[in-house]
Amino acid sequence: MTEASAVRFIELTIDGQSVRVPEGTTLLEACRGQGIATPTLCYLENLTPVNVCRVCVVELEGSRTLVPACSRRAETGMVVHTDSDRVRLSRRMVLEFLASSVDLSLAPAVGEYLRRYNAHPERLGPPAAGSERDFRPVGHHHQPDGTTAETVAQPVKVDNELYIRDYSRCILCYKCVEACGVDAQNTFAIAVAGRGFDARISTEFAVPLPESACVYCGNCIGVCPTGALMFSSEYELRQTGAWDEAKQAQTDTICPYCGVGCTLTLHVQDNQIVKVTSPLDHDVGHGHLCVKGRFGWQFVQNRTDPAKE
Amino acid sequence: MDLRLRATPPHATERAAVDAVLGPPESGWVGGVRRSESDGHVARGGHDMRTRRHLLLPALHAVQDRLGWISPEALNYICQRLDIPPAEAYGVVSFYALLSLSPQPPVVAHVCDDLACLTKGAGAICAELERTIGPAGTPSADSRVTWHRSPCLGLCEQAPAALILAAGDSPHTQTLSSIRAADVVTALRSDHAAETIPMILPQAGDTGLRLLRRVGVVDPTSLDSYRAHGGYTALRRALELGPSRVIREVTDSKLLGRGGAAFPMGRKWEAVAQAAIHPHYLICNADESEPGTFKDRILMEEDPFALLEAMTIAGFATDCQQGYLYIRGEYPHARERLAGAIAQAHARGFLGENVMGHGFRFDIELRRGAGAYICGEETALMNSIEGYRGEPRNKPPFPVQVGLFGKPTVINNVETLVNVLDIVLHGGLAFAAIGTPGSTGPKLFCVSGCVTRPGLYEVPFGVTLRELLALAGGVRDGGSLQAVLLGGAAGSFVTPDQLDTPLTFEGTRTIGASLGSGVVMVFDDTVDLKAIVLRIAAFFRDESCGQCVPCRVGTVRQQEQLQRLLTGHTLSTLPEELTLRADIGQVMRDASICGLVQTAASAIESALAKLQLLTPSRVS
Repeated sequence: MTEASAVRFIELTIDGQSVRVPEGTTLLEACRGQGIATPTLCYLENLTPVNVCRVCVVELEGSRTLVPACSRRAETGMVVHTDSDRVRLSRRMVLEFLASSVDLSLAPAVGEYLRRYNAHPERLGPPAAGSERDFRPVGHHHQPDGTTAETVAQPVKVDNELYIRDYSRCILCYKCVEACGVDAQNTFAIAVAGRGFDARISTEFAVPLPESACVYCGNCIGVCPTGALMFSSEYELRQTGAWDEAKQAQTDTICPYCGVGCTLTLHVQDNQIVKVTSPLDHDVGHGHLCVKGRFGWQFVQNRTDPAKE
Repeated sequence: MDLRLRATPPHATERAAVDAVLGPPESGWVGGVRRSESDGHVARGGHDMRTRRHLLLPALHAVQDRLGWISPEALNYICQRLDIPPAEAYGVVSFYALLSLSPQPPVVAHVCDDLACLTKGAGAICAELERTIGPAGTPSADSRVTWHRSPCLGLCEQAPAALILAAGDSPHTQTLSSIRAADVVTALRSDHAAETIPMILPQAGDTGLRLLRRVGVVDPTSLDSYRAHGGYTALRRALELGPSRVIREVTDSKLLGRGGAAFPMGRKWEAVAQAAIHPHYLICNADESEPGTFKDRILMEEDPFALLEAMTIAGFATDCQQGYLYIRGEYPHARERLAGAIAQAHARGFLGENVMGHGFRFDIELRRGAGAYICGEETALMNSIEGYRGEPRNKPPFPVQVGLFGKPTVINNVETLVNVLDIVLHGGLAFAAIGTPGSTGPKLFCVSGCVTRPGLYEVPFGVTLRELLALAGGVRDGGSLQAVLLGGAAGSFVTPDQLDTPLTFEGTRTIGASLGSGVVMVFDDTVDLKAIVLRIAAFFRDESCGQCVPCRVGTVRQQEQLQRLLTGHTLSTLPEELTLRADIGQVMRDASICGLVQTAASAIESALAKLQLLTPSRVS
């Protein structure tokens, strides 16, 4: 029995270094184990890799194309290059494509990636103005004139009191769909609809969230890497210019509602809870919460202020 | 699954259309009549129901055929019947060009304005339709008809062409060839389809043919006629040889896949035959959508039993009991012929529980695409069959290990499979003696554009492009050749000085081209090649599935930049724009998930390199 359950190790070469990892390790995990900084956007530890953003691609000798590090498992004898010209160019282009079409101003990791890969999205053209994008049919498009770069800019969706959806910031990483589906919540309120550049995250027939299957667990907000999904509390503070992360404290506590014991990280600004997250490495919830833990904290603030009595 | 569904029930017609595919609902839980004595205690659901998800696309087709669009209530009912979340089903419907999510007139013309039709005046036809009916996608004044511009319909030898789809109690379809705008309007307004299938078969009756020997000779609606022309002798021989010997013959034949990727067929069969996990599945990829390609359509329309026989041999050799034949939605005639052929083969024991009395069980299910080029990619096709969006899967694992429904799967193109008949009958070595050492056997070429006799041509591998063009009568009206598009939109342009290139896998490689799906599209000097190249860029942008960034954004940036390069209104200096051009091409080839975008830059790059299309740069 012990033999059968023993972990087998795999030897491969990454950037000239011989590396030994347990069987089943992905190239991304192997790289991170070596301290090799690998950019990721659609990858998250608590979700199944979908390998769609392609920013983590690495060069694998013998492979015609680059391979996504996030999902490709290490195999014995692989020779991997993570910083070759081909890798750098593809990462740069992926970043330029995204930055030229999506508002990435609230995606914290991307600024550093853009600098690291010397990305200049402006060479693809000045951004085109946005419009409604919910019902674009599949098929022929108008011929662009090439003077501007098409973007996904569109109106913000504010259709409930708890969170907003600003798909001008959506890079279509599929994380929210995964969190809403089998990777966490099993609610399936949203899916990818449409095709090509018109592909978008949508409810059925783009109905507002209150008419959809959404249960407001907010796990989609928890996994969104670009600020496209945002607590209304944060959105409103940002609208008035009052949002200030420098003034915020983060405090971990245990959710007071049920016996599961999820850890809540309260983000507090000016003595007000402004949003709630949960650590990804938490044993119980793996960063996912339910509607109560995520949004049910108003009662904390409803106490009478003793100073005023 | 705990679905949130709408309270509004479907219209009776919608319900009937869905029930015709799925059968009547079994209980009140899935949209039937609530039976108080039993429904309160049991519900059918869970795994049992989710295994029916592959019926999603057939159910959607049924509603689309009946009503011309898929209403929220109809979609809701399908979701209830199949236990699919409405958001996911909406994602699937919105993936396909032939399914509509908004009400539209019952009669719709899909007018091809893709490459071959563009060279034959499709632009003027569309302009005329805009004047007489209205802009594409808008209903006519009386709301009875509408029209859409369509990507390649696979009718290139009959260009310009259109496809009419009429929804209703008895839906009908009609293909129109060599059209004028007035023909489209007349067909839109007629109550019934004129049941003629136009045939252009330049080599019909040539006794030296192999793949096409029965095409235009046999009665494609008759199993007896097929047998009278040598049909089912190859299957009989295969059953005598046994599976491993059949695979050995295929391996000896050195047959390479004809769909575009040229993968060794023997290796694929061997891998599935030996796979320990069961069941194994066989798929025939008949989602022929590469612009300029029509070879598989003609094989299926004119010799459908040959494909069924070849699939049965493939199933026998690789230990599959179930085959799927996935045919593109734009091929209604081929679909009808195949459906008829499957029914006859079943009735006569060439399919079913006991094939030819040999104790071997094999069935073929016909599945119909709904307007998505990407579904010709093998793993996207599998997702489409399974009832998901036709997004390609990451490889590895490859389909021979993890394919349809997660099981080992052989997937072959139509032309590839039909080659198997001769391999089994005459032996792999005899087949390998045809053609060249690197490219064995006969090959079909889809010759279209500005030639005297466009059509499907069979030649042995090794014939040069010049010889093939001569076979098709050369450039029409004695014009002079400007360029040839070899391999389709995913192929590359070839110039008149390269006509002596042998049409083989290795020969085309030496000039940086590829055979692709066998497209040979000819452009004389009257053709505006800028319009052709822009159309290729538009095609890939329209057909991207949108899953990975290099394709979703890259195809748009490629299209925008090409417009700048061809008009001269560049954003920066020409060398800077050309660097950007190269960078876009490289990330598409290097970092995307599937073959669509890995080849989406090749024709455009070859055009810019060879065809002097650039306008002197005027930085704006």
